[in-house]
Amino acid sequence: MSQPMTAPPTMPPPASASPWKRWFSLENRYIAPIFITCILLGGHLSFGILESYKKTLLAIVVSIATELVLGRIFFHKWVHPASAYITGISVGILVRSPAFWPYALCSAISIMSKYVLRIKGRHIWNPSNFGISAMLFLVPETVASLSIQWGNYLLPMVVIWVLGSVIIWRLRRFHITGIYVASFIAFAFLRSWITGSPWQSEIAPITGPMYQLFIFFMITDPKTTVRSKTWQCIVVVVIALVEMVMRLNQIVYAPFYALFIVGPTAMQIEIWMDSRRASTANLAAH
Amino acid sequence: MTGARIARIVLGILFIGLLAAPPVMKRISARRAADRSQADARTALARHGFYLQEVSQVAGINFAHQSPALDPKLAPIMPEVASMGAGVSIVDFDRDGWSDIYVTNSAIGSKNALYRNLGDGTFKDVAGELGIADVNQDGTGVSTGAVWGDYDNDGYEDLFLIKWGRPELFHNDHGHGFTRVSKQAGLPPWINANTGIWFDYDGDGLLDLFVGGYYSEDIDLWHLTTTRIMPESFEYAKNGGRKYLFHNLGNGKFEEVGEKLGINSRRWALAAAAADLRGTGHPDLFIANDYGVSELYFNDGKRFHEVGEQTGVGFAPKSGMNAAFGDIFNQGRYAVYVSNISEDGILIQGNNLWVPKEGTGGDAIKYDNLARDFGVELGGWSFGAQFGDLNNDGTLDLYLTNGYISLDRNRSYWYDFSKVAGGNSTIIGDAKNWPAFEGRSLSGYQTKRVWLNDGAGKFVDVAQAVGVTDTHDGRAVALADLWNRGVLDVVVANQNGPLLVYKNTVTPENEWIEFELEGTASNRSAIGAQVALLWNGQQQVQEVSGGSGFAAQNQRRLHFGLGKYPQIEKAVIRWPSGKVQTIDKPAAEQLHKIKEAE
Repeated sequence: MSQPMTAPPTMPPPASASPWKRWFSLENRYIAPIFITCILLGGHLSFGILESYKKTLLAIVVSIATELVLGRIFFHKWVHPASAYITGISVGILVRSPAFWPYALCSAISIMSKYVLRIKGRHIWNPSNFGISAMLFLVPETVASLSIQWGNYLLPMVVIWVLGSVIIWRLRRFHITGIYVASFIAFAFLRSWITGSPWQSEIAPITGPMYQLFIFFMITDPKTTVRSKTWQCIVVVVIALVEMVMRLNQIVYAPFYALFIVGPTAMQIEIWMDSRRASTANLAAH
Repeated sequence: MTGARIARIVLGILFIGLLAAPPVMKRISARRAADRSQADARTALARHGFYLQEVSQVAGINFAHQSPALDPKLAPIMPEVASMGAGVSIVDFDRDGWSDIYVTNSAIGSKNALYRNLGDGTFKDVAGELGIADVNQDGTGVSTGAVWGDYDNDGYEDLFLIKWGRPELFHNDHGHGFTRVSKQAGLPPWINANTGIWFDYDGDGLLDLFVGGYYSEDIDLWHLTTTRIMPESFEYAKNGGRKYLFHNLGNGKFEEVGEKLGINSRRWALAAAAADLRGTGHPDLFIANDYGVSELYFNDGKRFHEVGEQTGVGFAPKSGMNAAFGDIFNQGRYAVYVSNISEDGILIQGNNLWVPKEGTGGDAIKYDNLARDFGVELGGWSFGAQFGDLNNDGTLDLYLTNGYISLDRNRSYWYDFSKVAGGNSTIIGDAKNWPAFEGRSLSGYQTKRVWLNDGAGKFVDVAQAVGVTDTHDGRAVALADLWNRGVLDVVVANQNGPLLVYKNTVTPENEWIEFELEGTASNRSAIGAQVALLWNGQQQVQEVSGGSGFAAQNQRRLHFGLGKYPQIEKAVIRWPSGKVQTIDKPAAEQLHKIKEAE
């Protein structure tokens, strides 16, 4: 998943604010990791969503270690581990495998993708989306991404929705989540009309708590979403549209793959347009 | 070239290498597995010490299971809701010394079969003439399994029929016929169960009966008043059937005492088995539940205490479909095998091999899931499994059958299944919200697993190499020495498919010994009696079972493989009554019939 809190366009708390106030400030970069840690612990302690702490711990450790090493090599500094922690914990939640190595491998390639797959200094794939999609595609006999945890009950979803919405709202990215959900529901009814399946079955995926991680963390990643609010809305509708097409073709991990395809494509278009604008501006200046 | 550029190139190569490594490794291991599976009978015998040959037709067995057709409201998902019912149990119902086979059918009007072993390599269905064939009649539900136990200690095994419907108890009239005694016994009018086992939980010498409900007992699956009959959750459902513990009062009557004695669960039970896991002399009860965690009930002889979470077996929820015990290390302790679902890229639950943790025991016993370490984790949509020494090398092997719904090979229901299974309970719990099957398969046409125990902590699948090549939708597995040759043959009941009989041929170098026990103070079936065999500096423990696996019951006699040149020290029998009987240096290559000392 992402680091929606690491590059928010928000004001930092004033330097004069007390340490406690700073700590609890929503602008604090630790809030995202704390939020996702709460989801993990709450899910595991109440429903046992993890088969073992060890696998999740492995994903986190590998993710942070890879980030630190690569950051040191390429940026000559110790990169803050918050983003890598979120990636690691996301891998720990979303990857389901009886083996240990997929957790390590998924974390490693997720972080490495940020350093390898770059265009004009920007990485274009959401790290965990890249890692999880790659694992699901390359080693399906060992890895699955289950979305049936948390008991299919309403309460966990409401808790995640409320907390997630508050945080995403403060980060001014709720429109992305909101429009995705609205698009998903509209396309669900369209799919139901096309396939003849009960509409409830088409709505079902988004009512599962684990799906909420996708809509709060993955698609809102500031580093791998376009900058303009209008284009963010358009891109997220396109993601839902591509997901619908994939779902019509019975692709189980349609949301991951849709984001995998549409997200970087939108980023590349934006980078290309930025560079065209820069060239035009340069020409005009001269 | 700058250092940064070189570092970037190295990273790129490493990145591509990491992405490429798993598929490459997969190809290599697939090639190795293919090499291992290409073998003829002679090679299998030389390499693995045995091979299996499917002989049902030759043996005169021509049984085809039929699934039930439930209420038309369930028609869109009928293949899923009617996906169980094929069960098999081994019994010597006429005490002629040859194991017979009872097999269940599940369509209204279909007949169950009792294949009497004629001793000449063939079987004859005698269920009709003995009165236990036509038991799937309209209004009474259909069979989903059967277990045999001598509840009145008259020396003849009686039949309890597990049903989605009216459960039935048939008294065995000295091998000449069966009398329905369900009403006199006090059984309830309707249970939608998939599992039932005989065991003497209180050690009074009378067999008691546990029955685990699947669908709620107030649902008549042929006349539904609502379509809200599905599990409320895929992994946390507690809206299944009630659990029953029928205490044998000794006068042909049973009293239901489950809730009173601490068995109070509405999880979706699919398999149960009982064994003395702590050396207390009382059989503990293990229940594998679909849509949830397994349950383990410690039995102190008077009450049951659920300790699933405490012992480690009841925390991670899966889709439990099997419960079988086996002393896989020859250390005198049972491991428990629970089957679950694994489907590439969609759902990798993995099967569980619960092994007692080193240094734990008694009430503080804890279990680790070592299925992956031992190589018995992935078996597709797994159902019935049984431990048994298939090649007589002295270690217990594991036979697993699998495959859920085999319809159109080219179209899968998995997408729709995963879509709904992840949804909210109000959606998943109502059958009308599930997309129609439309002839699609769901984990169909799967290859089976025959895992050979190498005695050093690894099981290797040799199914294809030893001749197990069927791809039916397997449900129940039962092991028995069908032809009294000192080897374990395998009988498999398939949903909507044939009853398969795999005749085993084992290398003669490996020796064996068998024990047939008869209780006197203990229940006459000797269910719960434990034999510890000590030979060549090792010991293996086995227990007479009143039902294990999935909808199955192995032969009553206990079979031990001994390997080459065995030096048997002794066999120690611990009877359910608490008596201990020791037989010094019992001869190998023999069946020993032992009566409990008065």
